[in-house]
Amino acid sequence: MSQTRVAAPGDTVDVVRRDQRASRRGVAKHGKVTPWLFLLPYLVLFISFVLLPIVLGLWISLHRWDYTLPGKPFVGLENYQDLFDSGSGIYSIFWNSMRATGIFTVASVPLLLVLPLLVALAMNRKFPGRNLFRAVYFAPYVLGVAVVGVLWRYLLDANIGLVNHYLGALGLPDDTAWLTSTPAVWVALVGVTVWWTMGYNAVIYLAALQDIPKELYEAARVDGANRWQQFVNVTFPGLRPVLAFITMITIIASANMFGQSYLMTQGGPGRETRTAIYQIAETGLRNFSMGDAAAMSYVLTAFLMVLSVLVFWLFRERRS
Amino acid sequence: MMRTTARQRVRTRRTLATCAVTVTAALALAACGGGTTPEEVAGGGGSEGAGEFTGEYDGPDVELSYWNGFTGGDGPFMQGLVDQFNEEHPNIKVVPNTIQWADFYQRVPAAVNAGEGPDVGVMHLDQLATNAARSVIVPLDDVAEALELSEDDFSEEVWSAGIYEDQRYGIPLDVHSLAMFYNTEHFEAAGITEPPTDEESFMAALDALQAAGYQQPFWMPARWPGHLMFLSLLWQNGGEPYAEDGSEARFGSEEGVEALQWMRGIVDAGYSPSDVAQDSQYVAFKNGETSITWDGIWQINDLEASGVPYALAPIPAIFDEQLMWANSHQFFMTKQVRADENKYEAARVFIAWMSEQSADWAGAAMIPARESIREEAVSGMPQEPIANLLDNVRFLPPVPGIGTVQSETLEQAVANAILGQEEPQAALESAQGRATELMQENLESFGG
Repeated sequence: MSQTRVAAPGDTVDVVRRDQRASRRGVAKHGKVTPWLFLLPYLVLFISFVLLPIVLGLWISLHRWDYTLPGKPFVGLENYQDLFDSGSGIYSIFWNSMRATGIFTVASVPLLLVLPLLVALAMNRKFPGRNLFRAVYFAPYVLGVAVVGVLWRYLLDANIGLVNHYLGALGLPDDTAWLTSTPAVWVALVGVTVWWTMGYNAVIYLAALQDIPKELYEAARVDGANRWQQFVNVTFPGLRPVLAFITMITIIASANMFGQSYLMTQGGPGRETRTAIYQIAETGLRNFSMGDAAAMSYVLTAFLMVLSVLVFWLFRERRS
Repeated sequence: MMRTTARQRVRTRRTLATCAVTVTAALALAACGGGTTPEEVAGGGGSEGAGEFTGEYDGPDVELSYWNGFTGGDGPFMQGLVDQFNEEHPNIKVVPNTIQWADFYQRVPAAVNAGEGPDVGVMHLDQLATNAARSVIVPLDDVAEALELSEDDFSEEVWSAGIYEDQRYGIPLDVHSLAMFYNTEHFEAAGITEPPTDEESFMAALDALQAAGYQQPFWMPARWPGHLMFLSLLWQNGGEPYAEDGSEARFGSEEGVEALQWMRGIVDAGYSPSDVAQDSQYVAFKNGETSITWDGIWQINDLEASGVPYALAPIPAIFDEQLMWANSHQFFMTKQVRADENKYEAARVFIAWMSEQSADWAGAAMIPARESIREEAVSGMPQEPIANLLDNVRFLPPVPGIGTVQSETLEQAVANAILGQEEPQAALESAQGRATELMQENLESFGG
């Protein structure tokens, strides 16, 4: 809605409203079922793959649930209590994995917000070979995490990797253990993730930039605004709704990081880069402790929900 | 390179779920351990109804779903065997389904629970106890009996390793162990004529290699197969990683600490670079950057293809006794095959035939488990030196859930110590505490 307000001048909005009135009459004629019929295919998927698992997951988290064993005793909130009881074995394991997720999110999200914006701003200008560059920045995103993980595992290897080899050739330190020591391992994981997913955010930024009406820039120039002032007063407000969206999906994607550390570091050096999702997968799928894993998932979800609210509050429309 | 990577990953995953079935239970127990579970009763009835086992199946056409994890250089050999079997048995159609081991142990329990699992399959012996405890697989004592397989034809270690709670769950196909691979050109240049067999000759070889210009002759991996090296050394030093009844972990013992200190010492002494990340010691060996690596014999076909001049020998006796970690592929049956008389009969024929043909399996760089076949099958093969030492291999004990325990505790302790982030003693002690905790939880959930 806010996007419409920024992008579309008044008369366009009127047209939209007229259209909406017209379509509403149409729906009434065909009965109230029509919209539901259109929604049905998605609704079926939503119910069976989102809603039901959420409820079932909650149920599982209240049990000691190993689906290969006949007994699945009800334990109430014990799985949750264990996660918050510093005396339990799972406490430090879970919170260390949450910390790993936290470190990764804090380090990667700002980079994934700023760098793609710079790329998008550059790609939004007219210059020869623009389409090629757009493709080049987006290309890594096409790769699967398995390809990215295995590729960089070899490139970043401390002893046989190309990265250290070329660093050495340039006279820089060539003995950084990118995958087996902290904090270098975080630099590696964040760097690879930024390289890999930057293109996606850049494309969204680019679309948003192209949606900002040229007239606004013209008006700003007429008012004597320089490039920076144009960015602050025209571009940035125009991007705000998209920025909220990008921030949210980037945070969620970072908080769900799993493949990179699973493939590149195996959670190592020891278990420092074992993220929350990694730990949940290990606990639930490999150790068959579905109850513990489900409880972990809900705690992680709670964190993400609070974070989402915070982000929306930060990016809320400020009316003066 | 990608292929190798995939293959190595498969091997890596193997350990993640490692939980072994070694037991010293007597054969007598295995032979009479029937009739205690519903499956067993059903199975007993089945074999009785089938009468004498002739190795032939003459019932109506059946289809057997056969799952395995041979995704590496061993895959084509297994496929060849299955094709041959199908050709020779027109009324049995074996449909193989190959899933990499990492996923295999997650998928089989789920599939069997859903009634969509395999009828027959192959898994590692250290997974048998876990899957037996989860009732995914069923006892095979009567099958072993009908096939007239007995301890006489297997080394005691391998044979008894398929037994969990006095019942047999696996029919051994092969044994594969850790071995010492060395670059023959490097050895020649360093003037080493015989592969080292004990600590003294091993260290002398490392020094000779360094003197010959191979500065880092023995890269010490922090991850796979680092923990297998540790287990081998722990056994060599007289220690045991886990209590056989699954009640506690013991790898943090004095013997364990010494073993891990020795491994870290290789890095400290400069024989290995620090921070050897996963797989890089193996890649380095293939590229001739390092002279010695300890890895599984299943790497043989890959090394052959890579063209590196290599040979292999048993792991030297760094401590008192020359012992090596090993694992074994074992045939299993699931409960669903027991429900169908014809399938059960066909599955027996299949396992018996495969066991007879296991000589060809040596081509997959494995050591056939049957003694009557082994000697001839491995003669002249690269794995021959290991095949003669099968009494010196050790398996993990048959404790359900031990694979996860190990990947959650021991593997990380070994990694931390080799990377120099923790002292061996501290690393092992804290991991041992956590492992015991997990094992106690497992005892509880598996009903003790």
